[in-house]
Amino acid sequence: MDIADLIVERESEGFFAYHRSALTSEEIHRAEIERIFNHSWLYVGHESEVPRRGDFVRRTVATRPLFFSRSQTTGDVKVFYNSCTHRGATICRRDRGNQKTFQCFYHAWTFDTDGALIGVPDEECYGPLFDKSKFGLVEVPRMESYRGLIFASYDPNIEDLTDYLAGAREYIDAMMDAAEVAADFAAGANGNGDGDGAGGPALQVLRGTHQYGIKANWKLLVENSFDGYHLGPTHATYFQFLKDQKVDVSPSTGSMKLLGNGHAVIEYTGSWGRPIARWASQFGDASRPQLDALRERIVSELGETGYRMAELNRNLFIYPNLFVMDNNATALRVIEPTSVGYMDVAQHELAPRIEDPTVRKVRLESYVTFAGPGGLATPDDVEALESCQQGARSGVEWSNLSRGYFSEEPPMSGELQMRVFWRRWQQQLLAAEAIPA
Amino acid sequence: MSRREAPVVERPELRPTEVTRGELEDLLYEEAYLLDEWRMEDWLELWEDDAEYVIPTNDNPHADPDNDLMYVNHDYRLLKGLVVRLMSVHAHREYPWSKTRHFVSNVRVFGEDEDGVVHGDAAFMVWRFRQQDRDCYVGRYDLRARRVDGRLKLVGKWIMLDAWTLAPYGAVSIIL
Repeated sequence: MDIADLIVERESEGFFAYHRSALTSEEIHRAEIERIFNHSWLYVGHESEVPRRGDFVRRTVATRPLFFSRSQTTGDVKVFYNSCTHRGATICRRDRGNQKTFQCFYHAWTFDTDGALIGVPDEECYGPLFDKSKFGLVEVPRMESYRGLIFASYDPNIEDLTDYLAGAREYIDAMMDAAEVAADFAAGANGNGDGDGAGGPALQVLRGTHQYGIKANWKLLVENSFDGYHLGPTHATYFQFLKDQKVDVSPSTGSMKLLGNGHAVIEYTGSWGRPIARWASQFGDASRPQLDALRERIVSELGETGYRMAELNRNLFIYPNLFVMDNNATALRVIEPTSVGYMDVAQHELAPRIEDPTVRKVRLESYVTFAGPGGLATPDDVEALESCQQGARSGVEWSNLSRGYFSEEPPMSGELQMRVFWRRWQQQLLAAEAIPA
Repeated sequence: MSRREAPVVERPELRPTEVTRGELEDLLYEEAYLLDEWRMEDWLELWEDDAEYVIPTNDNPHADPDNDLMYVNHDYRLLKGLVVRLMSVHAHREYPWSKTRHFVSNVRVFGEDEDGVVHGDAAFMVWRFRQQDRDCYVGRYDLRARRVDGRLKLVGKWIMLDAWTLAPYGAVSIIL
């Protein structure tokens, strides 16, 4: 089937559907890597993961092995392809650590943390014209960082990250500003005086990564991660748990906003508590004074935006594969399109770089009771997506994304954000030049 | 640089205990049986009120639960919540239930701490079969137990998975 025919939309009827071969075709998956992932800004990691010079972290990003490290000489972060320029072996063979140099174990070529080739055993055998400076580690074509979030692109001609982020920037800024107030507040409460919370990004990645796999196409998790419609039926046991904790579980309400370039956000009320900063009974009494005071501080410093950051939940989508999940806690969800019917998922929890221990405790509990592969909710999302993937091979050909087609104010439980995602997906498959992986 | 990704477990100072390895094994075998039979309420009865059921992430096995992200960090209240969930037809990942088989071996008793809590460990292998899934979780339990009215009950169970990531499994939707 031609890419152009994979989406059917009938405006007068308010009908939108995509063909399920988009979830099962190997050919389409390869085209996605070459035309979408290779032309996007992709989340790689967070600056707080490499706080010291020489720190490194290894990642797979859109099927390519990479690592990023903080230079021993400049303190800047660089993102490298994880492959020796000699014969290709991966240079970085641990998930994280600290190194003065990176040495390939195969023939012992050695690189410094800026990527320069500094050691070649028996170098003279390469002859007088051999120039080590031409064989340094290869950096990804583009790398930029925004408020601690490190992105890379395989497209040397892509627009700057700040332009690419478009309307999503405002949301990232607001979340980071609220976290900055929270860190400052915690520093003050610890008797360190205000301002002692300075240094490094406001939000930091906590230790411990949720890394799990879903036997489903990656786009199904994109849909699921900003789908306000599924909460009640899919997560019934989570809401039962909240009810049992005496939390008043009235259904969430909220809105959806398109942010340009395929990015979108749903913003909504939640009956549950938020570590920044909405106390609820499931948190227990101990954290209440802290959270109430923090909330007051955020609202007084940031006004209306502060109120939204404290009270409302957000699932912010950065096209094509990153979500900032700011609901029960704050987490990054990175979707890796490993193969057409299988994705790897990495989730990192974020917290202000200084946080009161009682608040940290409720943050962690709030997050793992809902989210993550051991939570009361995420396993059911996994089940839903694997179930959709199986259904995609049934012979029923179309998936329907028409919900809220005629809504003037897009509700959080509508599907406009998914329609926009799929339209951009299609447009890139049709228009973008393939950058072979 | 150390070849290990994390330091070994730190234990408090322990004194010899009357609790035998056989007693701890009996408790673990009973637990395995109840879990495999999906007798979750009965399984809860094996626990003391100060229960601690913890699964650190694969990349951080000796985590600090007060500061680090875990898969599971449950006290008795949350364990009860988990059991309510698993008994519900709305726990979609476990409806219909998986068939599971918990194997426990390499059981050791180290001694008891000043509160009389017995410390031990064991190796485990938990197979899970459901639809097309054939998952095998392998790892080590760090265990704490207390003898109450002549019967050993669970106080703490840290579940350290050997796999480097949870992938390809989608979740830990059963009790390990």
